Order: sequence, then C-alpha cells, then structure tokens
Amino acid sequence: MSKVHVSTTINGDVVEFLCEPQQSLLDVLRDELALTGTKEGCATGDCGACSVLANDRLVCSCLMLGVEADGQEITTIEGIASPDGLHVIQQKYLEHAALQCGICTPGFIVATKALLDKNPNPDETTIRYWLAGNLCRCTGYDKIVRAVQASAEELAYEA
Amino acid sequence: MAEAVDLKAIGTRPVRPDGIDKVTGRAAFGADLNLPNMLHGKVLRSPHAHARIKNVDVSRALAADGVMAAISGADLAGVQNDLAKNILARDKVLYHGHAVAAVAAKTAAQAEAALDLIEVDYEALPPVLSIDDAIADGATLVNENQHTNGDTSKPASNIAAVQRFERGDIEAGFAEADIVVESEHRVPTAHQGYIEPHACTATVNEDGKATVWCCTQGHFDVRSLTAAVLGESVGNIKVIPSEIGGGFGGKTIIYLEPLAVKMSQLSGRPVKMTMTREEVFRATGPTSATWCKAKIGAKKDGTFTAAQAWLAYEAGAFPGAPIGPGCMSVLAPYKVPNLLIEGNDVLVNKPKVCAYRAPGAPQSMHAMECVIDELARKLEMDPIDLRLKNAADEGTQAPYGPTFPPIGLKECLKAAKAHPNYATPVPEGAGRGLAVGFWFNIGMQSSAEVRIAEDGMVTVMEGSPDIGGSRAGMALMAAETLGVPYERIKAHVGDTESTGFCNVTGGSRTTFATGMAVIQACEDIIAQCKQRAALTWDLDEEQVDWVDGEAVPKPGVNADVKPLSLADIARGAGRTGGPLLGRASLNAQGAGASFSVNWTDVKVDAETGRTDVLAFTAIQDAGRAIHPAYVEGQMQGGAVQGLGWALNEEYIYDADGVMENPGFLDYRVPVASDMPMIDTQIVEVPNPSHPYGVRGVGETPIVAPLAALSNAVRDQLGFRIDDLPLSPPRVLAAIDEQR
Repeated sequence: MSKVHVSTTINGDVVEFLCEPQQSLLDVLRDELALTGTKEGCATGDCGACSVLANDRLVCSCLMLGVEADGQEITTIEGIASPDGLHVIQQKYLEHAALQCGICTPGFIVATKALLDKNPNPDETTIRYWLAGNLCRCTGYDKIVRAVQASAEELAYEA
Repeated sequence: MAEAVDLKAIGTRPVRPDGIDKVTGRAAFGADLNLPNMLHGKVLRSPHAHARIKNVDVSRALAADGVMAAISGADLAGVQNDLAKNILARDKVLYHGHAVAAVAAKTAAQAEAALDLIEVDYEALPPVLSIDDAIADGATLVNENQHTNGDTSKPASNIAAVQRFERGDIEAGFAEADIVVESEHRVPTAHQGYIEPHACTATVNEDGKATVWCCTQGHFDVRSLTAAVLGESVGNIKVIPSEIGGGFGGKTIIYLEPLAVKMSQLSGRPVKMTMTREEVFRATGPTSATWCKAKIGAKKDGTFTAAQAWLAYEAGAFPGAPIGPGCMSVLAPYKVPNLLIEGNDVLVNKPKVCAYRAPGAPQSMHAMECVIDELARKLEMDPIDLRLKNAADEGTQAPYGPTFPPIGLKECLKAAKAHPNYATPVPEGAGRGLAVGFWFNIGMQSSAEVRIAEDGMVTVMEGSPDIGGSRAGMALMAAETLGVPYERIKAHVGDTESTGFCNVTGGSRTTFATGMAVIQACEDIIAQCKQRAALTWDLDEEQVDWVDGEAVPKPGVNADVKPLSLADIARGAGRTGGPLLGRASLNAQGAGASFSVNWTDVKVDAETGRTDVLAFTAIQDAGRAIHPAYVEGQMQGGAVQGLGWALNEEYIYDADGVMENPGFLDYRVPVASDMPMIDTQIVEVPNPSHPYGVRGVGETPIVAPLAALSNAVRDQLGFRIDDLPLSPPRVLAAIDEQR
C-alpha cells in the first residue's frame, strides 16, 4: 500500500509527512518526525504516556492514526515550553519533585495543560479523575497532584 | 561518621540535574535512539506454557522480504545457563511467552511478518501452574534435572532450594506461650509495572566491537551478562545506559541485548529491539506468587515466645525466587527467642521471576504482620504497643545472624504513636490497619570520579543508573563535602567505558554506596586542593585546612594569604600539578537496615466489594535524608505500589498457563483517582557506616502496605480475608460467605 501525504501543524510548525495508513500518530511522531518526547508505554491507550493535544483535545496518540492528524493542530511535550522558558506546569513539576524516572512525565504535563486550559481551578478530586488516564508507577501521584495544584495557583496569579 | 552539625546542602530540596530534560521531552529513554541503517528486531514467543522443542527452522523467515538476520537458541554460543535459556529457549519452552527465536528486518512490520515464517515443532507437555501442583507427589517436573539444593541423592523435584533459619527451641517456645495465633496467606504473581517497556539498540563494528544502548538498572551487568551469553569478551562490549523509565528490580537482568548484538553481528547493521507491553507482562520478571504460613506465640503481656514461618515462593521457570530475603525479613523487626523460618524456591511454568522492590519481603511480612495484628486484637493491645514491646533495636540479633547496629524501628513506632493521624478517630464505618516494614539494604561495589573544570565547576561521574533522582543526591553530597553550592555541581551517569565499575542500582544501595564513593572522590579533591594551596603558599600540607569550599591556613599558622577557592585552585592548576581529578572506588560495607511503620484507613463498599483508601501514613527511618523530597517520593511511590498489589494487581492464568490480563486495562495498577495523598514522616537514626548517616530508602516502602491494607479491611469487616489481592470479587465473595 502506498503512503499517505498528511499536512498538519505540530507545535505551531506546518509539517508535512508521508505515513502508512495504519501507522499511529505516536509512531509517526517518534519514528518519522523524531519527536521522541512522546512516549510509548502500552500502545493500547491504557497508560497515557503518549498523550498529546489534537485541536486542544487530550488524546492518546497511540489510538489516533497519523492520517487523522491531517488539518489538525497537534501539541506535543516539545511544544509546551516557549523560547522564554519553561511553562509554569513544567516548573512546578520540577519544584515539587513530581517525577522520579520521568517516562510518564511528558504525558502528565500535556494532560495537566489540557486540564488547566479547560478548568483553571480544579479541586483535588477533579485533578485525580482528569489524570486517571495517565499511569505513574514511581510517585504514588501525591507530588503530581500537588504540582498541578501549584500550577493552577501560579497561573491564576499570573492571569 | 560526620555529625549532622551545620549541614548546608544535605536536607535541601533543589531541582534535580536531569529535571529539565525530563519535563521537556528531551531526555532519551531506551526506545528513543534511532541510528542510520537501523534494523528492527522482533522475538517469536512460545504459544505453550510447557513443551519440548523438537525443531526450530528459521530459514523461511531469513528468506523473507527485508529480513537480514534470524536466530534461535543454538545461535547463542556462550554459557548454556538458565539466563541464556531464558533469553532463547533450547530444548524446552517453560512458559507461555518464552522466547524461541528472533529476527531483524528493515522495518518492524517486515520483522513481525517474518515471525510467522519460523517453523517450530513442539511436543506439548502438561504445565505446572501452582505451588500446590508443583510440590504434590508425582508432580510433572518443570526441569527433570532439578534436585532440591543440588542434592542428586534425592529424586528430582520442583523445589529447587530450601532455606532455613532456626533459633532456640521452637516447640518449647510455643509451649511457653499463653496464646498462639496462626494463619496462611496466598498472594498471586504481580509485575513491577514500570511504564517503559524494555528496549535496546546494538551495533557491532567490523572489528567485532559492540555498542549497546539500553534502559537498565545496571549497565555493567548488561555488559558482563551479554558477553557471557554470546561467549564474547567483556572488553568487546560497551554499554551506554539511557534514561530509565522505571525498573523496581525488573531491569536488573537482560532479555533483548544478546539478541540485538547477535543480529547486528550477522547483518552488519544496527538492530533496535523494543518490547510491547504484552511481552513485558508475559515474558519479563514479575515477582513470585507465594503461599506463606505464619504462626506466633506470646505471653499475656504480649511478649513473643516463639514464631514460625513457612514460605513457598514461585520461581517461575528457573530457580531463583527471593526466598532468602523473604526469610530474612519475615521476623526481622522483632525479638523472638525461638524461631523457625523455612523458605521454598518452587519451579512452575511461568516467567522467571525477577527482583521487585524489596524482593520477597512484602509477601512474607504480609503473612506475619496479619498474624501479629490478630494477636494484638486477642490481647486487646494497641498494635503499636504490641510491636514496641517486641521491637528489635541496637544489639538485637537478626533472625539471619548479624547483630543490629543502631536501627530506627522503635523511633518509627514512637513517631507513629505520637502522629496526629494516628490520634484521629477512624471515620464512621471505616477500618484502620497498621503494619511494620523492613529491608536490610545492601552496599556492594561502586566507583566515582570528580572532575573540576577550570572555572571551578564540578562534574561528578558515576555508574549507577538514576532511577528516581539519585543524581540530585550525588550532587548534594558532593556539594556538602566540597563546600560549594549545589548549582556548581553536575552529576552524570557514565557508560561502561567513561566511568568506573558500579554494581546494579538495586537493593537500595545507590545513595548509600555510590554516594559514599562520591564523597570519597570529593575528599580526594580536597586533599589535592590543600596540597596545591600549600605549594602556592609555600606551606606544609598539614598547615592547610579546607573550610566552606576554600583552602585556608590552619588557625595559628602564620601566613598572610587570601583563601583559595576551588575555582582559584582550578584556574591555576596547570602551575601546581595539572587538572584536579578525584577518584574513589569501594566495596561498601555496613548498609543500614531501614524500618517503616504504615497505617491506612479504608472503607469497603459491601455492595460492590470495592475498597477505598481514605488515608495513608508512612513513617520510615532514612538514616539521613539527602534530598527529602525524593525520600518522600520513594515512600509515597512504594506505598501506592504496595496498595495496588494488595487491592487489585494479579496475573490471571487460564488452565493452559496463558496469562489472560497482559495489559494495563486488566492488570490494574493504581491510578490517581484510586489514591489519597500519602502522608509521610521521615525519621532519621543515622547509619554509623555512612559519612552522612544514609540508609537506603527505596525498598522498605513497599513492604508494609500489603498487611496494613489487609488489617484495615479486617478492622472494618470484623473478619479476615487471608489472601490478596482484596479485589472487589474476592471481598464480595467473602462478605457473601459471612452472611
């Protein structure tokens, strides 16, 4: 089968790529575009390590086809920081020691951004349910939840 | 040991050196490396839990489109030991998912397709799937040549090894007791559940030199094990550790590396191999399923008179269940005059077990801590008071032989008793359970180098893969020792050729042992700096001191000189003998045991059998917390892993030995919405064998949660469910049975 031509926007850049029709967006990002910040933990949509934003919607990129990215705006972990520096969420994850091994961290940060874009002032229960699609095996989630709370506070203060 | 006076860096909570790379996606993990011309390797796995391999033929696969190499067990020319047979089966496959052959092709899809062309002729054999089956008379043998403890005068057996600890007179001890409590507990197989699947890339040059990139807890072990399996010299293999996405013991062994190296040799191209999540579940080391019997006798005042434990641990397909640590841990927290502990290493047709955080301790201590909880109820004693009455302390002989130096169990128990969470009443209709945890910790070999750049910046180079923030700990200990700010130190994990040998990151040894090497390498730098300053000032070395990162004349030395900072000395190093390079290598002795006390409040829903964890408090002796946030992180992460094990996690097998839940949807690890905040309190009883008092902290946290959870559910329900996990179906069935 011949490859499909896809035009999309990734982290603000116009990107064109060719991919197999059955190739997941995750595989395209990692293998074709060298955006390896998005991680594969399961490839079945159960762990959230591959979380990206597609038109501001939080998705597991392993469950989305590369061809479905056509015409969409994709945000990956590589697009969270700006030339001015780290995003507040990234800074708070660091300050709160909200990562140990760090393999789940890109997915958590993308998921956190999706939450705070939608709900700038979530309570603990909302945070925990929103992040329930992202597995972390190291931290027990305590410091992650606190980093999200601190991010929300800081973003509210800045706003 | 250095006294804790005036610690400046240690005990602070700076951002870790590798932090920014990990929050921006720049950090390179096992699967993140791609090389030009790279092939993709895939593994063919056994569809049987137990079968004889009559023939393997890879020729059709080798002829397929894009395939550049195809190998089976016969192609691994090194040692023919259990490790090699686990990496590629030889005469028999011993579990469903056991690797049988491998191919490398230009695309992953071609490699996957070629697997179907490999012809394997199997003769299926009945699988042995439980301890009961394995130890029954006339049981099918997993290995016809396995004799218990190697004793060939006895018939072959599925019990690969038996280990015993004995003290006093066990029968007299129970006879002396006013009350005896006993029960038995089964815990099914659980997986470490690291989020990053195993991955490696290997390339072999025309001169035979191989380079391997992989996610591992110990790249020096990857080097020696890969060399052994391939019959290669260690010197021909360089291993570069990537960042590691969790291990918990599961990445202390190798699976893919020899296959990738071999297929790179055959094809002349780099070969990348990554496991799927399903492969990780089916074919990499989970921990043992266990069957533990525990019995304890006490006087009316709670004094223990005797205790007994019988442990049977599934090893999987090859010997090596963690019965040693299971036996060492089960009664380690207590003074018991008469004891008998027996551990059995039992072969079954399941994946070979691998270390999982405090390997063996959670299961045996779950059984004993449940029995002690029942004893406290019968004696109507507070569970902390009963444990305090019998708690081991300095001078107590551990059941496994040594006499404890200063340990922090009593301090943890007293801290628990004084903790506001313990004083808080149990919520209406809920239950509370408490348990003690323990891990002995290990030392072993480490090396470190400290290099000072010409501007005084410090590079710490060591060889212990950083699995949870250890580079921050290394940098803090270097900052403290050298007297320079943390921000001026960069800590790195080097590859097998850029740094000295370090044993695996495991046993909670890294901050203790590699940390000690870093401290000694810094002391080497200080000695050199004093010598350089003496030379500059025309003084004797003995007349120079090192204070707050500067060389100064000792008090009373008459010298009109300005202090020389590390940067000053580094800048002038060319005039005083050359670059500053500090080194240390050691085999660390005196790893201090770490004890913990955990308690939890739970609410069981009698309609659904679901258990909600309402609150959890972990108290643990860290000796000294170098970076307290990462110590808390270990305590919190271990607590939640232990709770997951107690609540839901288990391998579910069908009658043929096929795991039915090899994914995160059905093998249910805790998610954020399952858990409350995990409250922590770090107790510090310094370890006299470490310059700053460090004890390993990584493993103890997973030990107590299993029994704490069991005891809490028991507290609410009014009866005990002996086995784990306390998943909704099991709890519901138990409630129905009581009605």
